[in-house]
Amino acid sequence: MIKQLELKANEIRSSIIEMLLEAGSGHSAGPLGFTDVLTALYFEILTIDPHKPEWKDRDRFVLSCGHICPALYATLSHRGFFPRSELNSLRKLGSPLQGHPHRGALPGVETSSGPLGQGLSQAIGMAEAAGLQDGRWRVYVALSDGEHNEGQTWEAILYAGARRLHNLTALVDRNNIQIDGYTEDVMPLEPLADKYRAFGWHVLEANGHDMAEILASLRHARAVFEKPTVVIFHTIPGRGVDFMEGDYKWHGTPPDKKQAKQALAELRSLRGKIRAEHE
Amino acid sequence: MKLLHHAAYGPLEVRAIRDGFGDGLLEAAQDNQKVVALSADLTESTRVDAFAEVFPERFFQVGVAEQNMIGIAAGLAHEGYIPFAASYAVFSPGRTLDQIRLSVTYSKNNVKIVGCHAGLSVGPDGATHQALEDIAIMRTLPGMVVVVPCDAEEARKATLSLAAHHGPAYLRLGREKVPTLTTKQTPFEVGKALTLTHGTDVTVIANGPLVFWALKAAHELSKTISVRVINFHTVKPLDYQTLLAAAKETGAIVTAEDHQVAGGLGSAVAEFVSAHHPVPVIPVGVKDQYGESGTVDQLMERFGLTSDAIVAAITQAMEMRDAR
Repeated sequence: MIKQLELKANEIRSSIIEMLLEAGSGHSAGPLGFTDVLTALYFEILTIDPHKPEWKDRDRFVLSCGHICPALYATLSHRGFFPRSELNSLRKLGSPLQGHPHRGALPGVETSSGPLGQGLSQAIGMAEAAGLQDGRWRVYVALSDGEHNEGQTWEAILYAGARRLHNLTALVDRNNIQIDGYTEDVMPLEPLADKYRAFGWHVLEANGHDMAEILASLRHARAVFEKPTVVIFHTIPGRGVDFMEGDYKWHGTPPDKKQAKQALAELRSLRGKIRAEHE
Repeated sequence: MKLLHHAAYGPLEVRAIRDGFGDGLLEAAQDNQKVVALSADLTESTRVDAFAEVFPERFFQVGVAEQNMIGIAAGLAHEGYIPFAASYAVFSPGRTLDQIRLSVTYSKNNVKIVGCHAGLSVGPDGATHQALEDIAIMRTLPGMVVVVPCDAEEARKATLSLAAHHGPAYLRLGREKVPTLTTKQTPFEVGKALTLTHGTDVTVIANGPLVFWALKAAHELSKTISVRVINFHTVKPLDYQTLLAAAKETGAIVTAEDHQVAGGLGSAVAEFVSAHHPVPVIPVGVKDQYGESGTVDQLMERFGLTSDAIVAAITQAMEMRDAR
């Protein structure tokens, strides 16, 4: 299963590169860096049905850091929420694949996002709604590390801890970059785990590119019943494409034609490696 | 002067507009279990306290965190609930514009934003707490309904109507006690203005606490000028039909509101009238100033939100019309 998920993540990364090339604008590093976590969620963890995106008892996934939406769009498409051919319309006039996600535009997209710091509050509302009607669903929300600069994020962390919302799991994409540079240079966040603990959360940390670790942490989170859980996923921005990895300059730019070709070649050879490693 | 729609003028019961919201919220919640309420540490003064006591499980206390409150309300609406998120208007929508824009209106979430203590009627708390720009901000958001009740009874009905209306809405409430002009029988429909006097010489379009002063001005002039007073409790969607008829039939309009002239009811009226049937539109409101501390009466006097100011504006509007 691990190998299958790794291969799937690799295919999704290739789709992301193709989408960004076609769109001519958008974020590269973030989507590639969070693809492994999204793959694990959509192909293994979430209780969902791609044919019934509005199914009442589905798990909710809120993408708070909307700028990494190419990864979400590609993952939803590979999971069967809509045809793969739609991916090429990213950022184009009339496309359901808006530059930042828009609720109702595309099956599987739960919320509108982009302006940072709002997703955790929305997810809390969904978690409280489950509590009001004994709903069985869980709410997952992905946050970038940079959006922890926003005051609203901390208002929401404070609230969820106080209310012991155990059906809520926050997934932090700890890739250490934001637009102006490295997070610890722009506005230091560490010790991030201790901050969450002090706000009453159960804290897990995992390598965001180790499929076994990702799955183990998300399963662990489901078994915590006294408080909300945050998984801090340590990720490498641009993961899978050598020249993008770890360089904040790739935060907000797409590859050009030549770069895209090289990226896709790298991903292809990685695919071969995954197959060989598991055999 | 004959008043229409069971509205009264004369010795009237005096009651705070927010009290009507508290009553309406409780009624709406009794009718529909999907109605929930959120408060940012202002439960009593926004009159959510009665609801919180009767329905503790449907009440969410978020602390002094208005942005989080709007986000949580959006999440609840996403799941089919009808949240009323209440605070002071200076805080919400004052500091929650981004949350309302993204999480509520752009997302088409059925959230009701309740902004209390709006306008100069806050009184001694001073300029920091007197929201005079909230209507301007809210009415520019696509899909947002904006309602400004004139008294407690209308606030009660507005709350019930908005609970039944599917879509985002802003309910703007003053703090002070005002005369209750409307009765249980007075009709209320979101988007439908209420003509209070059938005048033919000039029209005064008012909402909130200024409806009372508009009636007073009309009463004072009643021997010489026939003034049509219309309660435009809904700023958006604006009742174009009633407005167009007033422009055509009286040819001169005065608007009156406890809000900046820029962007409020007067602007909404002028935007429509100038494009469809240009006639003079003279606004009574706050003119690009902050408020200050003082009693409500003192402030209304100082900032020109009085029946005298409305009378002066009526004269000006009619002169402009007649000079053409």
